[in-house]
Amino acid sequence: MIINGTEIEETFAEAFGMSATRVIITAVNLHWARTAGETMTGFATSVIGCGVEAGIEREIPPGETPDGRPGVSVLLFGMSGKALAKQLETRVGQCVLTCPTTAVFAGIEGEKRIPLGKNLRFFGDGYQISKQIGGRRYWRIPVMDGEFLCEESVARVPAVGGGNFLVLAETQEQALIACERAIQAMRRLPNVIMPFPGGIVRSGSKVGSKYKALMASTNDAYCPTLRGLVESNLDDGVGAVLEIVINGLSDQDVANATRTGVSAVCELGAAAGIRRISAGNYGGKLGQFHFHLREVMA
Amino acid sequence: MSTLTLRLRSPLSQRIDMSPFTPELVAGRQADEVARILLWLGNRQVDAGELFAINGNSTEQIVIQSDSDRLDRIGADMSGGSIRVEGNAGAYLGCGMRDGAIHVSGDVGLAAGCAMRGGRLALDGNAGDFLGGALPGERQGMRGGSIVVKGSAGDRAGDSMRRGMILIAGDCGDYSASRMVAGTMVVLGQCGAHTGTAMRRGSLILTNAPKSLPVTFNDNGRHNLNFLTLLSRGFKDLPAFASLADKGNLVQRWLGDLSCGGKGEILITTPDLA
Repeated sequence: MIINGTEIEETFAEAFGMSATRVIITAVNLHWARTAGETMTGFATSVIGCGVEAGIEREIPPGETPDGRPGVSVLLFGMSGKALAKQLETRVGQCVLTCPTTAVFAGIEGEKRIPLGKNLRFFGDGYQISKQIGGRRYWRIPVMDGEFLCEESVARVPAVGGGNFLVLAETQEQALIACERAIQAMRRLPNVIMPFPGGIVRSGSKVGSKYKALMASTNDAYCPTLRGLVESNLDDGVGAVLEIVINGLSDQDVANATRTGVSAVCELGAAAGIRRISAGNYGGKLGQFHFHLREVMA
Repeated sequence: MSTLTLRLRSPLSQRIDMSPFTPELVAGRQADEVARILLWLGNRQVDAGELFAINGNSTEQIVIQSDSDRLDRIGADMSGGSIRVEGNAGAYLGCGMRDGAIHVSGDVGLAAGCAMRGGRLALDGNAGDFLGGALPGERQGMRGGSIVVKGSAGDRAGDSMRRGMILIAGDCGDYSASRMVAGTMVVLGQCGAHTGTAMRRGSLILTNAPKSLPVTFNDNGRHNLNFLTLLSRGFKDLPAFASLADKGNLVQRWLGDLSCGGKGEILITTPDLA
């Protein structure tokens, strides 16, 4: 399959089942809501080292938030419900509770619940106030700028993490421009985040390493500086590869985002130095979800 | 929805205990069986059929047509379905109810919604004293659910209330929210004297300053509390209370009763503060 001169490789992205949640952070203005969201989702690129993968899903206008203030929605993905709950509590406690004027609310419905304000309330040292409004429980925790309003709990739902595609370009600049364009288009979609810095990964990894302590190491087959030394997947014209990793609330969301991203890259096409679109997998044995590029783009 | 209608045949000289008439207790009974249900009338028991003209089948909804204020304990301990009272009701309306809905088009007597644990109580008229209060001897009053009063309430509204919400569009008598343990009460009219006496926790939200507060309440200053937005947004189906949203979130806050821990709050939102 070739789109606008760019080859879509006959391969697939391999993704995993994860546990996800969504919280809504509001503040006096969008600047502070976004600041809290960015802080909370900092150092959340990969579960391997960060415990959780997280990102800002979208900005929410005042008319759509629970308390009528500007807000952002944040998606968090963990490898288990327990890991997700721990990270959520830590991150809300350190990054949202501390951030001026913020409040935090559950942004997703479901039967399985994880604590949001349930334990954070103890910061109130006995002066916290519980309020049940519309069947939901909220905590009002006294803080130095007034009150931190926080919903008691939030649902966690099954989700999909690790969807991806690789952009193989002639130069590093061309690969970056194409990926930036893809991210710009993908960020308009609901239910997905691209957790890596700016949504883009340069250090794709393979499973295992020559060093026993490491469970993953550089994806040498896609490193242009190792061409000629290892069994490379790069032909002569490829000078740089960048990857976009996608986490979504369902496999359909990940597939939609993949299609949107790849389409945005292919609109630039071969004329902009985009040689090929590939994807990362582990032979299909580890992940439950397979996104075959040609099927997604068909 | 099938309806069972009870129309009071003649004015009562004594009070009736209506607690056997809840949707779950009459479920599956034919009209003649319902007519044989024994009701306490004063100190003797009589067939319901002697007191009421009974029509319809049993059922998720019971309609009681009566102008008497002597029909006590309507909907007591009910756990589902609905009761509509076309007229007035007596004391202990919805006492201890756990779920379901009661709507009264007229006035109700003492202790409506006392000790209720859930469900919805809607009163178009006025309520007597101890609205949402506690049963005699119990330490906690209303423990869940909601009470909406379009008229006014008597003294001691929300007395010993533990959880849930009471909304009163009119005025309240003296000692509103007295001994309140927790929960939320909103009064759009005027509260009487000694409001919040012995209040331990909970929120009393007013649009006018009460006639008097105990000296054991402290001025906490003016605050912008964004939980009020969540609260008032929940009133969008209650036109009488929708105006609360227009008042904004800036309130004068009083904390008390300091003789009982002082964690209760009285929030006064007035036009000049909004």
